[in-house]
Amino acid sequence: MTEQPHVDEFTGVQTTGHEWDGIRELDNPLPRWWQWILWATVVWSVGYWFVYPAWPLISSHTKGFIGYSSRGELRDDVAAAKARQAGHLAKLAKASLEQIRTDPELLEFALAGGRSAYNVNCSQCHGSGAQGFAGYPNLNDDEWLWGGRLEDIHQTIMHGVRNEDSEDARVFAMPAFLKDEILDANQVEEVATYVLHLSKQQGDSAASARGKALFLEHCVACHGDRGQGNAEFGAPSLNNDIWLYGGEKAEIVATIANSRGGVMPAWGRILDAVTIKKLAIYVHSLGGGS
Amino acid sequence: MKIHPKRVQGTYRALKWWIMLGTLGIYYVTPWIRWDRGPGAPDQAVLVDIPGSRLYFFFIEIWPQEIYYLAGLLIMAAIGLFFVTSLVGRAWCGYACPQTVWTDLFIAVERWIEGDRGARIRLDKAPVSASKISNRALKFAIWLLISVGTGGAWVFYFADAPTLAVDLLTFRASVTAYSAIAILAFTTFSLGGFMREQVCTYMCPWPRIQAAMMDEESATVTYRADRGETRGPYRKGESWESRGDCVDCNQCVAACPMGIDIRDGQQLECITCALCIDACDAVMAKVGRPQNLIAYASIGGETRRLSGDISSIKMFRWRTLFYLAAWCLVGGIMLYTLINRADLDINVLRDRNPLFVALSDGSIRNGYTFKILNKAREQRTLVLSIEGLAGARLKVVGSEDIAESVTPYFTVKPDRLHSFRLLVSAPRDVLATDSQNIRFVLSEINTRVRAHYDSIFRGPGQ
Repeated sequence: MTEQPHVDEFTGVQTTGHEWDGIRELDNPLPRWWQWILWATVVWSVGYWFVYPAWPLISSHTKGFIGYSSRGELRDDVAAAKARQAGHLAKLAKASLEQIRTDPELLEFALAGGRSAYNVNCSQCHGSGAQGFAGYPNLNDDEWLWGGRLEDIHQTIMHGVRNEDSEDARVFAMPAFLKDEILDANQVEEVATYVLHLSKQQGDSAASARGKALFLEHCVACHGDRGQGNAEFGAPSLNNDIWLYGGEKAEIVATIANSRGGVMPAWGRILDAVTIKKLAIYVHSLGGGS
Repeated sequence: MKIHPKRVQGTYRALKWWIMLGTLGIYYVTPWIRWDRGPGAPDQAVLVDIPGSRLYFFFIEIWPQEIYYLAGLLIMAAIGLFFVTSLVGRAWCGYACPQTVWTDLFIAVERWIEGDRGARIRLDKAPVSASKISNRALKFAIWLLISVGTGGAWVFYFADAPTLAVDLLTFRASVTAYSAIAILAFTTFSLGGFMREQVCTYMCPWPRIQAAMMDEESATVTYRADRGETRGPYRKGESWESRGDCVDCNQCVAACPMGIDIRDGQQLECITCALCIDACDAVMAKVGRPQNLIAYASIGGETRRLSGDISSIKMFRWRTLFYLAAWCLVGGIMLYTLINRADLDINVLRDRNPLFVALSDGSIRNGYTFKILNKAREQRTLVLSIEGLAGARLKVVGSEDIAESVTPYFTVKPDRLHSFRLLVSAPRDVLATDSQNIRFVLSEINTRVRAHYDSIFRGPGQ
C-alpha cells in the first residue's frame, strides 16, 4: 500500500511527507546546474582511478598512468633541495671555519643547516634552546670546558668526550678524591668551602684557609692557581657562578668526592664533515663563542 | 525557465549604461596607468607584486606587515555597502555588482546578435538549423572574447602590464598567468552567459543578509498597488474611472532580468535594477497616465503618501547616520595612519629558550631577533640604543663590521628588510627584578627619524 504523496496547496509542489508542528518541507528539485556539477565531479573522479594510484591489490596497488606516488614526490623534492644546496655545500666543504664565519652568505647557510642538525642530534642532551641541563653544558654562555674557539668546538663535536669511539676524544677526568682515598671527608669539605669562596659565594674563612692549602696541593695543576680553569684538561673555571653539576656546597662536595665525567659521542663517526662544520659554526654563534 | 529580458529605454537604463562604462573602464584601464617611483621600482600605478611582497597604489606602497590597510579598506567597503543598502536598498546589486554588470553586457551582446525578447524566445524554440547554429556560434565567440578579456585584465594587476601583455601574446608568460585567465574566463562565461540571475538567487549570500540593514524607510523598487489596482487591459478612449492605472501589459515582467513580477510585492529575487520602472514609465506615457506607477519608494513613505503626507524618503535616520559615522571613523583612522606612516620600522622578538644566560663575569645576557624595515628607497645608516638598562652592551651575531658596543651602527639597503640576532648583556646588579622593561631605539644619523620597540630584559632576579 503506497500513500498518496502530499502536495502543498499554495505552491503546488510535492512535500517530503514529514511534518513538524504542522510545518511541511517542500520537495523542490535541486537546481539543474547543481546536479550537473555533482555528476561532473562523479565522472571526474573516475578519471582518478586510472591516472593516480587507486585500487588496492593483493600485494600491491594499481599504479596509475602517470606513475605518481607521494613517496616519489618527496624523493624528487629532496633531490631538488639537495641540488639547490650543492653549490653552498661544496663551498662549505672547502672553506675553513674562519672563512665561513666571515662570509655572510656562507654563514647564513651554515647557521640554518647547523640549527636543524642541532635540533635533530644535540637537543636531546643540551636542550632545544642549547640551555643545557645538570651535567650537560649550556652552550649559550662563555664558559667552555674544552675551549670556545671555533676549532675547539669543532674538535669536541668531531671526536666527542670520554668515549671509546675516537682516539682523539677528550679524555681527561678528575680523580675521585674521597673514593680514591686521596683526601678524607673533612678535607673534601674544606676544599669545597674554598671553591665556594673562589666563586665569591659565602664561605667559612678558617675552613677556606685550610681548603686553600689543599687546593694548592691537589687542584691547581688543572684548575689553575686562581681557579681559572684550563680548557686543555677540560677543567672548568671555578671562579665564577656557572656550575655544571650545581653550585650548592653539598653538590660541590659530591663532585670532589666522587668525580664527574660527562660523555659525548664522537659525532664525526655519525655525521658527515660538512654537517660537523655547520654545527660548530652554529654552536659558536649561540653567543658564547670566543 | 530561461529568462529573456526585453530591451527598455529610460532614465535608469541610461544610468546603468553609464555605470557599466565607468566600472568596466576602471577595471580594464587601471593596470595600464603609469606612475613614476624612481629607478628600481615598478612604474605601474596599481600593482600587487607578490614575488616582491609589495602592494602599490599610486603614491601608496604597502609592505606585508601593513596588510591592515587592506583590512581597513574591506571594512570601509562593507560599512559603505551597509550605508547604501539602508538608504536605497540593493543598489549595489542592481547597478554596480560585477555579476550584474557582466550579465548586462552579455545580454546586450545576445540582443545584438539574436534580437530582442520575442526573437530570442522564437530562436530558442526553433529546430536546429544552419542559421541557429551560426547565430549561437557568433554569440558564444563574442562572449568568450569578453570572458578572456576579463581574465586577461585581472592578471595585469599582478605584473607589469605592458611586459605581461607581450609575454601573453608570444606564449612566454607563466602557466599561472594562463591558468588564472582560463579560470576567470570560465567563470565569467558561465556566470554571465548561463547562470545569471541564479547566482543572485541561489549562490550569493548578500541577498540573505541585506534585510538586516534595511528598515521601513529604505527605498526599494515598489509597485504602487493603490494606484495600479484594479488592473486590466485598456482600450483607447475608455474611461479611467473606477479602475487602476495598471493596464496589465506585462512590460515590467518582460523587462525583468530576474524573471519576477514586481506587482507581487517585495521579493527575494529583486535586485532593484529599476528596469521595470523604465518599462512602466514608457507605457504610462503612451496611455497618458502619470509616471511612477512603479517607483523607488519606501514602506514608510508609501504609508505617509496614502495618508496625504507627501514627504519623500527619509534619508537622515539613526541607522544611516550611524553607518555614515562608522564609515567616516574607519576612513579617518586609515587616513591618519597613512599620513603618519613611518618609512622606518623595527621589530624585536625576544629569545624564550633560554630566557637568559648567565655569563662567567657575572653579567646577564638576553638574545633578540631584531628586524629593521627600511621602507625608503635609499641606503641609510642607523644607530641602535637601549633605554632603561644601565650598562647594557650590544652585540650583533655574525656581523664582523658591527662590533660589540653600547650603540652599534647599521647600514641598511634601500627598500629591504634586514634581520639580525642581537645579544644584549648587562651587569647583574642593575637588574632590580627578574623582568625589566626596556626600549630599543633606532635612529637615523643626521635626521630625526626614529623608531622604537618596547621589550623586556629577563634575569634571575635578586
